[in-house]
Amino acid sequence: MDNVLQFLLPNVSQVMDEFYLSIIQTLQMVFVSGVISFVLSLIIGIVLISTRKGGILANSFVFNLFDKLINLFRSIPFIILIAALIPLTRLISGTAVGVQGTLFPLIVGITPFFSRQIESALSEVDDGLIESGIAMGLSSFQIIVSVYLKEGISSIVRVTTITVISLIGLTAIVGVVGGGGIGDFAIRYGYQQNQLDATYVSIIVLLIFVSIVQILGTFISKKTTH
Amino acid sequence: MTSEIIRTEHVVKTFTVDKKAHSVLKDVNLSIETGEIFGIIGYSGAGKSTLVRCFNGIEKANEGSIFFEGQNIVGLKSRELRAIRRKIGMIFQQFNLMPSRTVFGNIALPLKHSGLSKQQINKRITELLELVDLPDKRDAYPSQLSGGQKQRVAIARALVNHPKILLCDEATSALDPKTTKSILYLLKKLNKELGLTIVVITHEMSVVKEICQKVSVLDKGKIIEHGDVYSVFSNPQQELTRSFIETTSALGSVKALIETQSPVVQLQPGQLLLKISYTTSSVSEPLISYISRTFHVDANIVFGDIQILSGNPLGGLIVILSGQKSAIDRALEYVKQRHVAVEVLNHG
Ligand SMILES: Nc1ncnc2c1ncn2[C@@H]1O[C@H](COP(=O)(O)OP(=O)(O)OP(=O)(O)O)[C@@H](O)[C@H]1O
Ligand SMILES: [Mg+2]
Repeated sequence: MDNVLQFLLPNVSQVMDEFYLSIIQTLQMVFVSGVISFVLSLIIGIVLISTRKGGILANSFVFNLFDKLINLFRSIPFIILIAALIPLTRLISGTAVGVQGTLFPLIVGITPFFSRQIESALSEVDDGLIESGIAMGLSSFQIIVSVYLKEGISSIVRVTTITVISLIGLTAIVGVVGGGGIGDFAIRYGYQQNQLDATYVSIIVLLIFVSIVQILGTFISKKTTH
Repeated sequence: MTSEIIRTEHVVKTFTVDKKAHSVLKDVNLSIETGEIFGIIGYSGAGKSTLVRCFNGIEKANEGSIFFEGQNIVGLKSRELRAIRRKIGMIFQQFNLMPSRTVFGNIALPLKHSGLSKQQINKRITELLELVDLPDKRDAYPSQLSGGQKQRVAIARALVNHPKILLCDEATSALDPKTTKSILYLLKKLNKELGLTIVVITHEMSVVKEICQKVSVLDKGKIIEHGDVYSVFSNPQQELTRSFIETTSALGSVKALIETQSPVVQLQPGQLLLKISYTTSSVSEPLISYISRTFHVDANIVFGDIQILSGNPLGGLIVILSGQKSAIDRALEYVKQRHVAVEVLNHG
């Protein structure tokens, strides 16, 4: 077994521990920043959908504020955003390197995109359903929970899948700026030391991650559609 | 002794789109009595949906008052409005059932936070499914139901809080004629058995004819005609009302026949093509046979359409009258004296 590994991955097999660690790090980054960003984006998405024109809590000031902020952040390329955030990241996470240092920029980087995705998922909920919720005498909070979220669930799962896949891409970028994870591993060994097997094995790992997310997403989305 | 459940006074609603004001309701005044089936008819864009949405405050009237059981709901706080909405059921053209909930879940939705126990909710839903005749669809999802079944579930959901009144916005417009009949029949039954007041919004006069006792005709945000259904049908005052009524009667088709010079209405020289419309009880007189006997004219009935509306006959005949000119004149004179509306459609 070890021999096969050594034959196929002559360089990577020398640094197996580091390779495993980088996988764990990527999983940590995706999971922690994904969960926090999901909660934030759900809130922001709900704020956008409820305060938009004709929404259940229409408020053009709040809507415009969030709308403009999202556009602002989305217009900054991620790699520049990471650099710009470094002082703030130090302040919040205590460090700008390692997994801990990547979480804040990852969350700031993905949340605007995620919020837009959630907004579009929620806007797929038929206005007629909202109207009938209002006619039933449901409160705005009940409409958000019992209509928007409940009826939007399969779209929310779909956009979450897309977002997690983008997030996996971002973790590779953030790794380069001293973060660790698969991206960092691929750059350090594959790119800087020209060890092709390190690059390929990183690609395969990312491919597996993305496939699992995609399959899971499709499965849950189907389950929640009636 | 009846009492008013909804009354609107000078209701005005204006939408502002791109800084331009569109006035959709202009001074709407109407009064709906408890226990009646009240029709509001108008063409698309007349403001029917907007008006009915003002009744439960989904749309806010800009001016005027809307009284629900004596309480003005214009300007109420949202919490007070929600309490009112639970007393007003509403159903829609597109049913608006929640696709991710079963029939049970849909009907139970308005009971959220009602404080009822599981058993009480269960019992109420069983009752309602019985009432709308869908006892075995409890666990089905909306996507597994036909349009008519969906509307029955929507009706059950609208009734779950024991509302006093049911607002139906084009509730049958997405259904085929047979299903429409069955839903209208159900509404009639609910009106009779529960004493439920029903407001029916529609653009189909046949729906009004089928179940309403009163009707208001809405045109460009104004009520242009109002009355009990029989008098509006038998004696419409407005051109628009007349055109709505023509859609429900075969008599309307005679115009098309004349225009296309159909052989059915081809006249010989001296003949007259008449439309004789009956109102109230005149139809029971043997009019046709009387004039042909007395005035020696021949009356050839081309076709007729007489229906029973609110227990009274309504409709008329298309007749070709032939004979001596003086005899025809005297016959026409007689018919007019009998308070029967005669319209000469064509001369031979
Ligand atoms: N939220 C809104 N914003 C702007 N204009 C509106 C709004 N709702 C309705 N309108 C306008 O008000 C007018 C009346 O609309 P409404 O839906 O009440 O008509 P309706 O009689 O119900 O027609 P239909 O038979 O097509 O349902 C239309 O011209 C419509 O464009
Ligand atoms: Mg409408």
